[in-house]
Amino acid sequence: MTEIQTLVKDLAQSHGRSRESLLPILQGIIEKDRFISEYAMIEVAKELDISTAEVYGTASFYSFLDTEKRGKYVIRVCKTITCAMKGKNQILLALEDTLKINLGETTPDKKFSILETNCLGWCHKAPAMLINDDVYTELTPEMVRQIIEDYRKREA
Amino acid sequence: MGKKQLRRMDLIFANDEDFRDILKQTLARPNEEIIEDMISSGLKGRGGAGFPTGLKWKLTAEEKAKNKYIICNADEGEPGTFKDREILTQVSYKVLAGMAVCAKITGAKEGFIYLRGEYKFLVPLLNQELDKFHSACSELGLKFNVKIFMGSGAYICGEESALMESMEGRRGEPRNKPPFPTVKGYRGCPTVINNVETLAHTFTIFKYGPRKFRDLGVQDSRGSKLFSVSGDTPTPGIYELELGMTVQDFVDDFGDGDTKAVQVGGASGFLVPRKRFKETAIGYQGKLTGISLPTGGSMMIYNSSRSMYNVLNNYLDFFQEESCGQCTPCRVGCQQLVKGVDAVKRGDKPTAYLDKLLKLTDTMKFTAKCGLGQSVANSFQSIVENFREEMIY
Ligand SMILES: Cc1cc2nc3c(=O)[nH]c(=O)nc-3n(C[C@H](O)[C@H](O)[C@H](O)COP(=O)(O)O)c2cc1C
Ligand code: SF4
Repeated sequence: MTEIQTLVKDLAQSHGRSRESLLPILQGIIEKDRFISEYAMIEVAKELDISTAEVYGTASFYSFLDTEKRGKYVIRVCKTITCAMKGKNQILLALEDTLKINLGETTPDKKFSILETNCLGWCHKAPAMLINDDVYTELTPEMVRQIIEDYRKREA
Repeated sequence: MGKKQLRRMDLIFANDEDFRDILKQTLARPNEEIIEDMISSGLKGRGGAGFPTGLKWKLTAEEKAKNKYIICNADEGEPGTFKDREILTQVSYKVLAGMAVCAKITGAKEGFIYLRGEYKFLVPLLNQELDKFHSACSELGLKFNVKIFMGSGAYICGEESALMESMEGRRGEPRNKPPFPTVKGYRGCPTVINNVETLAHTFTIFKYGPRKFRDLGVQDSRGSKLFSVSGDTPTPGIYELELGMTVQDFVDDFGDGDTKAVQVGGASGFLVPRKRFKETAIGYQGKLTGISLPTGGSMMIYNSSRSMYNVLNNYLDFFQEESCGQCTPCRVGCQQLVKGVDAVKRGDKPTAYLDKLLKLTDTMKFTAKCGLGQSVANSFQSIVENFREEMIY
């Protein structure tokens, strides 16, 4: 069995094989791989006995269920009004500059992706971003560089 | 004249160590009595729509069904609100107590917290709290189990029927109403769905009785409410205030001295310009004189350095992305609004085109299937009508 097959089987084992388990299973794949490949969708469809179109239709609806390959660390910068007013653009520039990629791209070593997202619910501590599930608030460009540096060290 | 400070309340975040006793006493009371208390307290839903909570519980209790469900809506996606996360972080036991009492009244055996994906870091803490809660329930002889269901980054899933679609493993597309969730909700069964804050307030009512709650606020808008304050303010944060204040009172207390406008109720709410501060109150639509704006508690403050064109553009971008795309007025309407304001700004369209766009939002208000598409008109009209020159130049 491939790694994905095993993962999908395990997830189906723990969440069940009803249609209601679809989201938790897809979330489980994201937690591990940060994106849901076509291959993974086919496996999920087989496991739950539904069509792949249903799996894709559901996955593509949710912004956190990426169907495009992403880095190990997905950075989502909040772009909603208060963060936008409080310096979101500088945060984005600092990220692009440190990681040498543009918004929407992934670093060649597949470690980091930069995305934007809608209101994260930290408007009183704007600007804010998520790296996978972790929240960073009251950001400055210097902090952003330091945070990325820390992640890189962790990877080294 | 000195600035008037609004009275800060401390009911929601007060640490009530007698929580188990309160839960025990409440569970021992007859259902009719609890519902009567809930109704007479005047508590209305804090998720934005303001439906009377006691009535919602009563309607679900009256349904005859084998299975019923209680759902806590923790999707908190409206731009500018962040209070529900704080409630779940600090006093989730109050929310769970509300769910437990609601379960007893309605006969539900299962409950869910629908938690937005952006708050996933809260899961370990919530699971600890759930363990404590479940042991309290079994001690008190209540068969009720609560699970967390995670969202995955979709604002529309805060809309109750879209939330239920999502829980059933599908795209978060709102359903037709009626039937309402009290009759046909999750898995087609009667379901009570309440906002996090609504449930936390029920605990206050269990503890102090309906009078204490009712004595706060004004006619039709009873009790206190959490406000998420952000934008151009020296004191951003979460504040518990009485309902019924005017926007002027609010600005005197929280503004930076140069407040140009306040967005009440998030992107789907209304922009109140300075000239309307005095006549606009915060509360539910009722018999109040003047204008009264309902809100989930999002208060975004803009000072005179801000461009209202940029603000509107940001909201429209949000709606365009978050529309579920199911119905044409909303899907195409949002796209056309984004394009339209841009074209006017660039001079590609005459300024009179703004009036066409205003009409389009009227059409959306009446033809869109759910609250998302229907409420785009709120911010669009209040911004374009009050700051028309900023849209053009
Ligand atoms: C587009 C849209 C988004 C919504 N988002 C939320 C939300 O994030 N949290 C919430 O409690 N209610 C939200 N609501 C309101 C819910 O549909 C529902 O009215 C509410 O959960 C009922 O709880 P309450 O009566 O306690 O307020 C939203 C409604 C719409 C139309
Ligand atoms: S109004 Fe918008 S969000 Fe609501 S059902 Fe229609 S397309 Fe979906």
